[in-house]
Amino acid sequence: MPHLAIDNLNADYGATPILRDVDLSVERGEIVAIIGPSGSGKSTLLRVLTGLLKPRSGRVEIAGEVVNYTSAAALRKVRDRFAIVFQQYNLFQNMTALRNVTIAPTIVKKRNAAEVEREARALLEKVGLSHRIDAYPDEMSGGQQQRVAIARALALKPEILLLDEVTSALDPELVAEVLDTIRTLASEGMTMLIVSHEMAFVREVATKVVFMADGRIVEVGPPAQIFDAPQTERCAEFVRRILRH
Amino acid sequence: MAALIEEAGRFYSYYNLIYLGKAFLFTILLSFAGCGIGFVLGAGLAVMRHPRIVSFAPLRWFALLYVELFRRIPFLVLLMVVFFAFQLAGADVTMFTVAATTVALSASAFSAENVRAGLESIHPNQWDAAEAMNMGGLTALRRVVLPQSWRVIIPPSMTYSVGLVKATSIASQIGVLELTYAAKILNQKGFSAALCFGTILVLYFCLCYPLNLFATSLEKRLAPSRNR
Repeated sequence: MPHLAIDNLNADYGATPILRDVDLSVERGEIVAIIGPSGSGKSTLLRVLTGLLKPRSGRVEIAGEVVNYTSAAALRKVRDRFAIVFQQYNLFQNMTALRNVTIAPTIVKKRNAAEVEREARALLEKVGLSHRIDAYPDEMSGGQQQRVAIARALALKPEILLLDEVTSALDPELVAEVLDTIRTLASEGMTMLIVSHEMAFVREVATKVVFMADGRIVEVGPPAQIFDAPQTERCAEFVRRILRH
Repeated sequence: MAALIEEAGRFYSYYNLIYLGKAFLFTILLSFAGCGIGFVLGAGLAVMRHPRIVSFAPLRWFALLYVELFRRIPFLVLLMVVFFAFQLAGADVTMFTVAATTVALSASAFSAENVRAGLESIHPNQWDAAEAMNMGGLTALRRVVLPQSWRVIIPPSMTYSVGLVKATSIASQIGVLELTYAAKILNQKGFSAALCFGTILVLYFCLCYPLNLFATSLEKRLAPSRNR
């Protein structure tokens, strides 16, 4: 049974269709990279999965369980299973790195504060930030902020981690530190959906690459197929343009 | 000048000082009751108007209508409307209650806009992050958005409050004993305008200046500059 099964998913922004008939199946521990030109619906797909945008139609299953995006109670269950890391980090500006990581487990999940803090410290150490625990977001570099955001997402103990262009807002020399963190997670068997423009990185860590254009999934395959022998003209053209740089 | 000093001896009599003190107290009460109730109501209205917190649209429309209506009625007109509304309802209330109600109604509408501006100054991605972590709208408001909004909410609110303190003088029109009314009465009793209005001018200043100091300290406490 796939860990995540997306079937015929459609979503709109107002009257504009953004996702059209998206089908995707993700196995447990798989790292799926989503690539494609901007405006192709990659980020929207992640937003729909976490319930930040309501789908118009379609069906999503997690471990065989149908996800219900219509009721508030069901949405809470969905969001317990996913965690998302945003392109702009979206750290809470009024909280330290540590508080950013501990707030949801303590306030939302009402877990024991001391235990949560121990875990949070361990997570921040894992992303290499044990020395910045008391720093506020605006005192940190973009790369550090993004690593805090990853720790914050992991503190929720998600089944599936969604990464939305997590390196796009970073200076080039800071990209590596974030990618290293993701690489570690990948080696630990976490199921991940990664929207990324870092083609070399995608090629290295992804078990499956999804190419999207105009809200549709155009081609799905292992990295070798997508980058070396794309089956569709649209994908081939995109890869050609990207890899020329 | 000599005449003025001579007159001051009579003006600052025991009776007049009690009278002015009472008027000063009522101005303070009117301002604080109005600002306090007004701000709490206004914050409630701003929250009611926020689509990330309230999904029930009619509630948002109500808040919108309330704010847009009460912001557009001149204070004196509103005072009369409230006065006659109480009369129409057959409620036997003091003029002070009429004035305090007017101040609160007006202040709530303006405060709602100040709070709304503060909430909207926060990037939607803060709401997104909170929502994705399963925080409810009110939890996100209290833990994430409001602490970052004070910086934007406080300065205009304090400017508005000082304006409101001064606007309470209009309550003299319906005979509420507050500073302006007291000055008018004393003036009519034959004391010179310079003394009567000069005295309340100082008293208004004594009320407003600490308010500014309070605003500054509140800003420092609630909105350190790092909380961008």
